[in-house]
Amino acid sequence: MRSGQTYAARKLGQIRRNGGLYLLLLPAAVLTLLFAYKPMYGVLIAFKDYSPALGITDSPWAGFKYFEKFFHSYQFSATIKNTVVLSLYSLVTFPIPILLALMVNQMRPNRFKRFFQTVSYMPHFISTVVMVGLMLILLSPSTGLVGHLYRLFGAEAPDLIGSASLFSSLYVWSDVWQHVGWDSIIYIAALSTIDPSLYEAATVDGASRWHKIRYIDIPMLMPTAITLLILRVGGLLGVGFEKVYLMQNDLNITSSEILSTYVYKIGLLSSQYSFSSAINLFNTVINFILLILVNQLSKKYSENSLW
Amino acid sequence: MEAMNTAAGPAPKPVNNRSSDVLLEVALYVFAVLFLIVLMYPLYFIVIASFSDPSAVANGRVWLYPQGFTLDGYKELFKHDNIWTGYGNTILYTVVGTAIGLIVNISAAYALSRKDLVGRKFLSLFFIFTMFFSGGLIPTFLTIRDFHLYDTFLVMVLPFSVVVYDIIVARTFFQSSIPGDLWEAAQIDGCGNIRYFISVVLPLSKAIISVLGLWIAVGYWNSYFNALIYLKNPDLHPLQLILRNILITNQMQTALGSGEAAQIAMRLANMMRYSVIIIATVPIMCVYPFVQKYFNQGVMIGAVKE
Repeated sequence: MRSGQTYAARKLGQIRRNGGLYLLLLPAAVLTLLFAYKPMYGVLIAFKDYSPALGITDSPWAGFKYFEKFFHSYQFSATIKNTVVLSLYSLVTFPIPILLALMVNQMRPNRFKRFFQTVSYMPHFISTVVMVGLMLILLSPSTGLVGHLYRLFGAEAPDLIGSASLFSSLYVWSDVWQHVGWDSIIYIAALSTIDPSLYEAATVDGASRWHKIRYIDIPMLMPTAITLLILRVGGLLGVGFEKVYLMQNDLNITSSEILSTYVYKIGLLSSQYSFSSAINLFNTVINFILLILVNQLSKKYSENSLW
Repeated sequence: MEAMNTAAGPAPKPVNNRSSDVLLEVALYVFAVLFLIVLMYPLYFIVIASFSDPSAVANGRVWLYPQGFTLDGYKELFKHDNIWTGYGNTILYTVVGTAIGLIVNISAAYALSRKDLVGRKFLSLFFIFTMFFSGGLIPTFLTIRDFHLYDTFLVMVLPFSVVVYDIIVARTFFQSSIPGDLWEAAQIDGCGNIRYFISVVLPLSKAIISVLGLWIAVGYWNSYFNALIYLKNPDLHPLQLILRNILITNQMQTALGSGEAAQIAMRLANMMRYSVIIIATVPIMCVYPFVQKYFNQGVMIGAVKE
């Protein structure tokens, strides 16, 4: 009891002494409370028949009506399938930045290497709007670069942007083009922390450069790679809105309608607030469960985890 | 970055000239050059197309250098006031938003980096939880409307200024680069937490301030989502939203109709697509090489796990 009291007193003293720290924390905490936690309370409208006049608290309960509506709608399987396809397809390209990092790590430190790195990061800074605009310009079958290339070989140019079957490829590979350099930085950083004596020992043992990549570089990258992979799998249903929405058109909509764009259309364009929130919540919960599951698996089998 | 690479390069200079090593070297550089071409050519093409006669571009005669050099695409930009309003708005949002973001995130990160902060674990969790769970689009939209922030200047710079990832990166930086003894010494001199943070910690943290400042600024410059959701008044629209109209929804073109005058107008609108990309992207591309090393540092700090 006594020791408990002194413990509490000590903590209290510490809090009082560090009052300034709480003041530093205050702006971020208030903003988070207002604009991240308050909307979490608003998630209730997914279970209600929300009417703006009554507000969140007073709107009548609807139970799981809107979830059932979504599960039974023809958009359910379509949006989920499209979202998962884009996610899994992106996941396949996960090793590409690793390959690039291994490659950069093999270059001798000189001007060319520096130039190479500068250029490879550059597309990362293009905005999504410009990126999609760039694709529309370059891939236009009549006036675009790709159209001219096809004609150069006497072929008729396909309408890549208006193709439902090519949508996922276009989305994923343009992402690789834009971010592969940037995504490789973290692996290059990890490679640069490898103890040079490992390479020296390998050289003495007669290892070739291939051997060093295979038996030193790749194993050393695994922890970083696994951590990033967990985050990616956790976001399996979290395909971002921005780029997909810009790439959508009437011709590719059957493969480009994903959960986040559907949530936007139902919610803000046709003002079905409760329905939209239900779809959104379903999405968030699945993501959350996936993240915890994958993290747990990784903890068990590889001693890597996020927390 | 460079120093680190030199220190831990692939191997001591290759003494053994194995044929497989030579083959690797050749393949490496051939691939590197191809990679550079694939990465750079689309960007280069936009630049030369923006200075070319639009019919030459449309007919596929522009490949390596501008054809029929002209500045018409750039002149056309000046006829559209909304582009320049958008440009001004974007600069304003970027400057104010970055200032707010830096203050909010850096000070929170410092507080969370201090081991003697009571409730540190809980407070960290309070922020981190929002990375993985959120109210979603509509509840957030309703919140913004309830606070009368919809369609205001403030909605573009304040509500979403807390970036938890940035806080974690900065917290890691403070933990690893600000020696704890400094605080003990300052305390003996009767220095309070806030004064210590401002006059001792911040001057030692230029690297992390640059990194976060640039990340945040690039984010504001390039984003269109918040503007799409929370702004209605066209006078508040940032550049990216106007770019979207020009490049993607083609609003400029469909409004023109047909006829000869319309055709000329359409030609100019087409040209403008290239020049508008250039003016929207050049500011960031110009700053970026100078600050590249800070960006890299930031990614590395972020990569360090506790």
